[in-house]
Amino acid sequence: MRTALVDRAIDVASLIAEVSDDSCGAVSVFLGCVRDVNDGRPVTGIEYSSYRAMAEREMTAIVREAAQAFDIRRVVVEHRVGALGLRDVSVAVVVAHPHRAPALDATRYVIEQLKQRVPIWKLEHYTDGSREWAGTGTRELGTANGELESETRRVAASGADNGLTSAASPLA
Amino acid sequence: MTVTVLLFASYADALGKSAIELDVPSGSTVNDVLGALSTMPGGDRLPPRPLVAVNEVYASSTTVLDGDDEVAIIPPVAGG
Repeated sequence: MRTALVDRAIDVASLIAEVSDDSCGAVSVFLGCVRDVNDGRPVTGIEYSSYRAMAEREMTAIVREAAQAFDIRRVVVEHRVGALGLRDVSVAVVVAHPHRAPALDATRYVIEQLKQRVPIWKLEHYTDGSREWAGTGTRELGTANGELESETRRVAASGADNGLTSAASPLA
Repeated sequence: MTVTVLLFASYADALGKSAIELDVPSGSTVNDVLGALSTMPGGDRLPPRPLVAVNEVYASSTTVLDGDDEVAIIPPVAGG
């Protein structure tokens, strides 16, 4: 079992090789990729940032939970940070198991929990030159002199609205 | 006592910095830190009850802090 935040391209073939062995009749692969549109706005790329120490801790915890829940031992998760372009792989979850059901179930569990709990953020870049933190309603606008100015739209939602489960202990 | 407050993503933009050394009275809670942040320039841009982690673990608003604790204010996460 291994999890990592990486600053380079994710090599999916090497991850498959890392978890596969002769006992595994199934290898499940989930890849998250940068797509060209979000909420109807054309995207040119995404900058991923993280609270690295906590992100690594949470990713490890999630994989341990999956190992216990689905009896898996052979799993690797990599999440990339930094500037990514369209089609780049931002996250890979690869699980090998003798049978497909535990491999698929564990893969789904890991990616769903990762999206809810792991402190990673993405600054989306749009074709009109503007940038926005995904999910926060906070926009950065390019100014005439090239500097950035932040314009925060008041977000009525509290932190509890970001989908965190009780496992992550949102503020009471 | 002094705690280190970490800010990320949109919250770092709001306050114009990513780390703050904050002096708070002994026995202060997460809520007390949030109150102090709200009075800083840009602090009004934080939601009233953001997610918070203390020493890399999600915490509640009533969590009591110790000196040298690392208090991270966590914007809505968006990995994947």
